[in-house]
Amino acid sequence: MSETHNKAIGVETIGMTMRFGAFIALDDVSIRVPAGSFHALLGENGAGKSTLVKCMMGFYHPTSGEILVDGRQVAIASPRDASALGLGMVYQHFTLVPSLTGAENLVISREKVPGVIDWRKERTALAQFMERMPFKLPLDVKVAELAAGEKQKLEIIKQLYLGRNFLVLDEPTSVLTPGEAQEVLGLVRGMTKAGDLTVLMISHKFHEVTAFADDITVLRKGRLTGTGKVSDLTHKAMAAMMIGDQPIAALDSRAAPKPDAEIVLKVKALKAPDRTGLKSIDIADLGVRSGEIVGIAGISGNGQKEFLEVLAGQRPRNNGEVMVRGAAYAATRAEARALNVRLIPEEPLKNACAPRMTVAENIAFRTFDVDGSGKPVSWISAGAIKAFSARLVEQFKVKTASLSSPIASLSGGNVQRAVLARELTGEVDLLIVSNPCFGLDFSAVAEIRARIMKARNAGAAVLLMSEDLDELLELSDRILVMSDGALVYETPIAQASVQTIGEHMAGHH
Amino acid sequence: METTDIGLWGVPLAMLGGAIRVSTPFIFVSLGEAITERSGRINLGLEGTLVFGAMSAYAVAVMTGSPWLGLLAAAVAGLCFGLFHGWICKFPKVNDIAIGIALMLFGTGLAFFFGKPFIQPSAPDLPAIPFGAWSDIPQVQAALNVNVLFLIGAALAVFLWWAFRNTRVGLIVRVVGDSADAARAMGLNPNTVRLLATGVGGALAGIGGAYLSLYYPGSWTERISSGQGLMAVALVIFARWNPLGCFAAALLFGGAGALGPALQSVGVTQGYYLFYAAPYILTLIIMIATSSPSRTLAGAPGELSITK
Repeated sequence: MSETHNKAIGVETIGMTMRFGAFIALDDVSIRVPAGSFHALLGENGAGKSTLVKCMMGFYHPTSGEILVDGRQVAIASPRDASALGLGMVYQHFTLVPSLTGAENLVISREKVPGVIDWRKERTALAQFMERMPFKLPLDVKVAELAAGEKQKLEIIKQLYLGRNFLVLDEPTSVLTPGEAQEVLGLVRGMTKAGDLTVLMISHKFHEVTAFADDITVLRKGRLTGTGKVSDLTHKAMAAMMIGDQPIAALDSRAAPKPDAEIVLKVKALKAPDRTGLKSIDIADLGVRSGEIVGIAGISGNGQKEFLEVLAGQRPRNNGEVMVRGAAYAATRAEARALNVRLIPEEPLKNACAPRMTVAENIAFRTFDVDGSGKPVSWISAGAIKAFSARLVEQFKVKTASLSSPIASLSGGNVQRAVLARELTGEVDLLIVSNPCFGLDFSAVAEIRARIMKARNAGAAVLLMSEDLDELLELSDRILVMSDGALVYETPIAQASVQTIGEHMAGHH
Repeated sequence: METTDIGLWGVPLAMLGGAIRVSTPFIFVSLGEAITERSGRINLGLEGTLVFGAMSAYAVAVMTGSPWLGLLAAAVAGLCFGLFHGWICKFPKVNDIAIGIALMLFGTGLAFFFGKPFIQPSAPDLPAIPFGAWSDIPQVQAALNVNVLFLIGAALAVFLWWAFRNTRVGLIVRVVGDSADAARAMGLNPNTVRLLATGVGGALAGIGGAYLSLYYPGSWTERISSGQGLMAVALVIFARWNPLGCFAAALLFGGAGALGPALQSVGVTQGYYLFYAAPYILTLIIMIATSSPSRTLAGAPGELSITK
């Protein structure tokens, strides 16, 4: 192992330009990240953030532009060169090998690994290395058994272990609880303050940027649109740099909740096996009233997905009942139609669409087999499907080349718009939504949230499961926390505290 | 060999001997398959490799008079089959299972084609070590007459178990099998690692085949393998991709396979044919008992096409 306790290094790009054919992904971008600083890189999906960092990491070769490391011009032709200069990247998705232990992951990622590994020696070296780190982690446990926060810490530790003192963190907290995010970023912040580390963080979350970063750089459509000290900028100013002057769909104001409104969805003593088959989910009692949004918070893997699958009829339940407007509900097509139950699962392309069927067909899934008055039809009219879909595509602003393109060819935001169009058209009494904005950009997120709020104000009972706490805080009337397969905490939105919710998500109660 | 009547003791003894004798090809094929699967690919073609290995070992042994050259020929033939599988599978959108089935048929077909002239002549056997020489009882002697390949197989299982944790190569194979993305991030080429892992797996299966034709049953016929290559693949899953588990499971299968002949030898005259089916029934029972509709397999390499 090389001596890793070097000092932080500063990195600068000058006039970075990257063209893919006629498309300019990056247009003359210069950023300066001084040694020991915490720099945030902001921008919408497709703004060029990842192109920029991939150029810095040697994955792409910029069409023109220079990179300076500690003031000296360097040539970075491959990730290996970047790593030799001390530049490392922590990806949004974990790159650790799940079935290996932490120690095995660290050792095997090294440049030079001896043919036969002397574990006693390695362990001693690792223990010495870990003593210098602010993170404490069990290294003898399989990575698959670590919590998300621990994995993220291990990713960072791995980069430091490999002697990299300039780290790009790509949305490092997207899979963490608020508490874990605070802890990880706090520790990283401490290391930058001590001059051991320089960080360039890609993020969408303004509150994290404000709390931890020194400076920001904002990209939009491949251009640098703003830069400055975090202390001089408001969230509004950052948002303006990110999205320019395009209009953002505003949330409907929240219609006053009616505490005595009808309970549309009622779940009692529901038990179902989870996907490992070893544990089960157990929902004791849940009611969602007409005209309210009930948010379910939780770290992924705590049974939300299984709960949604039970409600969607994709997973058998062991016992318990699900009632919609007082009638037992088993998620058959007939029941969903009679009771006006609509569903927007996460990853809509995978879970709510037939990817290779056309946009028109996908939009017509709920209605293609009935006529105008709800009677089943024996002959399906392609013309009616087209006309119906064309109207919805127009109304929900789905951007598609044509109605007969396969829905898989649409961008993530437009697939979600198409699914929303299908699910929110007609009478909606109960709407079940899961992570509706995952991976979508700013304007699509705003629009989709506005649609959900509109459905609530029109009297639908909405059950919203999300791993994004900000989203829940923005939309919900009540927030429940799901942990280890059960609903463990409930708070009305007025009294909701991120701190308390985070603690319940982490199972600390 | 004159038989001494040792009564019902003959059954467990014959099963022990049978386990050692019958299990050797299982050990080699399943260890080979374990290496391949740990790297993230399934090679179902090992049945064909086994048969082709048996044929080439026998043919070379007949022609040169040396069983060891035969063994080498089988290993090389197996290596070629493995590399061929690994090479085809590196192309995008190629399904490793379909290629495996094709190679299984190709291997057996090719072996029958080239093996025709070798059905008659007899080849020298691979040597065995008489661990039972201390005993006067012929059954004990027969049961403890252990072929060197069995011992090599046992040593290999322990070595692989150790190597998967303690060597660079072992860790690399596991990394590639569990997460191709992580491997690429480390600068490893998953296709190369899998190509070599499939090659080594094929070579081991070829050695398993050499044991069939050069020791037990000890001759080349077209019905030499009764699906051992395929059963070994199931056995790897049952053993949870652990080389020591593969060894134990191979012994178990070998013992079950010896049940029919053992019963016959102690004078059970009716229904013992049923016990010839024991390994197959055991496979079924094990697969049913260890599977679950709602749970994924523990310990499965993350990149395997059947568990992904």
